[in-house]
Amino acid sequence: MVADTSIRTVRFRIRRQDAPDGPPRWELFDVPVATGANVISCLQWIAANPTTVDGKKTTPIIFDAGCLEEVCGACTMVINGKVRQSCSCLVDAYAPHDGNILTLEPMTKFPVVRDLMVDRARLFSSLTQIKAWIPIDGTYDLGPGPQDTPMGQQVRYKLSECMSCGCCLEACPQYNIEHDESKWETAFIGAHAISQARLFNDHSTGKVLSDDRLEALMGKGGVSDCGNAQNCVEVCPKDIPLTESIAAIGRAITVHSIKRFFSGT
Amino acid sequence: MPQNRRVIVVGGGLAGLAASLRVAEAGFVVDLFSLVPVKRSHSVCAQGGINACNEVARQQGYSEYEHFDETIYGGDFLAHQPPVYEMAHWAPRIIDLLDRMGVPFNRTAEGQRDLRLFGGSLYKRTHFAGATTGQQLLYALDEQVRRWETEDKVNKYEYWEFLAPVIDNNGSCKGIVAQDVRTMQIRAFRADAVVMCTGGCGMIFGKSTNSVMCTGAAASRCYQAGAWYANGEFIQVHPTAIPGADKLRLMSESARGEGGRLWVPRTKADKRKPGDIPEAERLYFLEEKYPKYGNIVPRDIATREIFDICVNQGLGVGGGNMVYLDLTHMGREYLEMKLGGILEIYRKFAGEDPIEVPMKIFPGVHYTMGGLWTQYTPKDDLHGIESGAPNSMMTNINGLFAFGEVNYQYHGANRLGANALLSCIFDGLFCGAGVNSYVSSHLYESATDLDQRIFDEPVAIEQAKIDRLVSASGDENPYQIGIELGVVMTKGNTVVKSAVPLEEALNNVQSLQERYTNLGLADTAMWTNQNLAYARALGDMLKLAEVLVQGSINRKESRGAHYRTDYPKRNDDDYLKTTVASFDIDSQRPQMRFEAVEIGLVPPRERTYGMVQQENKGEDQKASNPNAATATS
Repeated sequence: MVADTSIRTVRFRIRRQDAPDGPPRWELFDVPVATGANVISCLQWIAANPTTVDGKKTTPIIFDAGCLEEVCGACTMVINGKVRQSCSCLVDAYAPHDGNILTLEPMTKFPVVRDLMVDRARLFSSLTQIKAWIPIDGTYDLGPGPQDTPMGQQVRYKLSECMSCGCCLEACPQYNIEHDESKWETAFIGAHAISQARLFNDHSTGKVLSDDRLEALMGKGGVSDCGNAQNCVEVCPKDIPLTESIAAIGRAITVHSIKRFFSGT
Repeated sequence: MPQNRRVIVVGGGLAGLAASLRVAEAGFVVDLFSLVPVKRSHSVCAQGGINACNEVARQQGYSEYEHFDETIYGGDFLAHQPPVYEMAHWAPRIIDLLDRMGVPFNRTAEGQRDLRLFGGSLYKRTHFAGATTGQQLLYALDEQVRRWETEDKVNKYEYWEFLAPVIDNNGSCKGIVAQDVRTMQIRAFRADAVVMCTGGCGMIFGKSTNSVMCTGAAASRCYQAGAWYANGEFIQVHPTAIPGADKLRLMSESARGEGGRLWVPRTKADKRKPGDIPEAERLYFLEEKYPKYGNIVPRDIATREIFDICVNQGLGVGGGNMVYLDLTHMGREYLEMKLGGILEIYRKFAGEDPIEVPMKIFPGVHYTMGGLWTQYTPKDDLHGIESGAPNSMMTNINGLFAFGEVNYQYHGANRLGANALLSCIFDGLFCGAGVNSYVSSHLYESATDLDQRIFDEPVAIEQAKIDRLVSASGDENPYQIGIELGVVMTKGNTVVKSAVPLEEALNNVQSLQERYTNLGLADTAMWTNQNLAYARALGDMLKLAEVLVQGSINRKESRGAHYRTDYPKRNDDDYLKTTVASFDIDSQRPQMRFEAVEIGLVPPRERTYGMVQQENKGEDQKASNPNAATATS
């Protein structure tokens, strides 16, 4: 083990919900925690020992998880009021003192499936809406792609690290839960998709679809719905320059609108 | 072309997405099943890069043939050679394709794709996107599949779990039974071919570098349905992982490829801080023993040396099971640009900055070389395999294919770093063409015309299975059994094996199987019940664990990742063979046999990697270009 393994008990307060239509309830667990432990390992411990502080038998907590190294985005939840991945959340950082409580809640901008698991389908649907892909001619061998400068690669790589976790949406005051799928295209799309549009518009093949992406982000639910709270960039676990992306796409839309005005389309 | 033919792909990692693209592009409809949204598949965890011959290396004497030879040598000659030959020759085209898809590969000052050094090679032939290459490749394929989705050529079934293949009266696979893990609905899906792309089985070992869904349950379900499982005893233990309470986090081989050095203090349990220990008092154990390859010997060798230093010699840092992986002699800016992603992981989970302080690492279970047994059609001269052959990576069950990590091909007894991403995408693209041939040409009736009863029966079996689990009133907790299985397997069947501990492990697995029959579930709800899904997977993991251990017992030699102290030498006369396990329904146990390996291109030679005093004269000459490692940026 990297650190010493002195064990202490930490209380977890977890918001639970058996089904999408509720009702929510709270359950408390006392979990033995070793130095350096993360929140996921505590949820795993509860799964093997599903008993609340009152000694009541309960069910293991339902939560999404994948890589456990903060690269897949699955285990995102709200911990002590802050949205983040639970795998990279070290208990010592969030509950450093005896008596501290760790509160786990599902994200609020997506429908709850059960307990801490939410349905983030809308997030992926936004990527379709902005045509988040390079329109290649097929998978046969047609030689290399376009060259890029080291600086260009660094910018695109940073944007491309977005793991569709939804932190930027949870923190955004303009992004709201929407159960009705038919309204997804006109509700605010959020920072992640705007930033992805920038990623693909920056690519010399990807920019072929640039106008389509800008059109998708011009109307209701697009860039102009951003209230500039800048919460997105604060909570992004990958430090993606989301506000820069919003500004860049905003400028591109202005240019695009002027061109469109003069070409009369 | 019969346009009403459908293909099911199970698993949405690199292999599954690449296969989906190839099949959709040919005009067939793909139903793509995944336990998780495909963008969250385990391929995201791959860090270091993807290997391919490139122009710089070529001008230094490297070639596709060398890449092929390295892979065979790295795998200790256990891999069938024709598919590896084909893969190595396809690799440069795959890099070009990914480049066209917009993967942000690192660039040189001139704008060319940058290259890095990786284990098992003296040439820079690894292409990379920071230290999250797998993530970047997966995203590129995910984006292309999303595009096909808008054209209704791919239907995604995310949060669906594969439960069983559906096999018709002629013994051909005609679909699958799957369950929506949220609504818990179980139903059958028809298809003319099914491609398993379900990855490895690291979770059988409890803690590993794998994602939580890498249980091996899907492979086990195919095995229990009659598919053969090959080379189960070959599990790669990665030399450098960060120990953690919930998992072992990979510290990429690229850290060593970029110049990272492994060392321990020469004095046992030295109390000094690493920075206070002078050069002369540090033991750079790989560099001393393997001067030619140094820190970039293949993984199985590095793992055993770390194990030896810590467990046998007691020289681990602070007397514990860890060694230093040191990057502190290198520049901050260089490291951030080349390795930023993995440095961040270490900072987040270990709480120290690896640019300032050496990392503390220990080996962890990482990759499943074995997997479902598959076929191929070799070219007449064995130099490659036939493109579009309908049996390309098809299991022994007609119409059931296995691509990517769940396929046992390519890596033999030990996988070389940065060859996994390659083999996954190669399977999807190259062997995907074989799937297209199979569904265009196969002789039996189309899945759409089959009698509904063929599909209803396996659904009823799966329904009965979960009814049994939910109503069981035993007192065993599945998570507890899972933890114990991990301990048993890690202890007896990983880095160092021998007869007695292996027999013990087999007995322990069997007694866990016994206890499994006495499960009681804390959660019996019929809505998003992960407790139930885990319990069901655990039963399949226990069946597969037995295959892994039995394979280790039967193979009385040491080869690649399989190292036995009681048989420390490779024995080509008796064991240059593939282990093949088939499930015996009556005994519920594996039946094992050996099968010949196709070694027609490169004759087996001793595998020393230029170890001091064991260097075999005349060997390795062609790989000893002293300039190659430093010639590119």
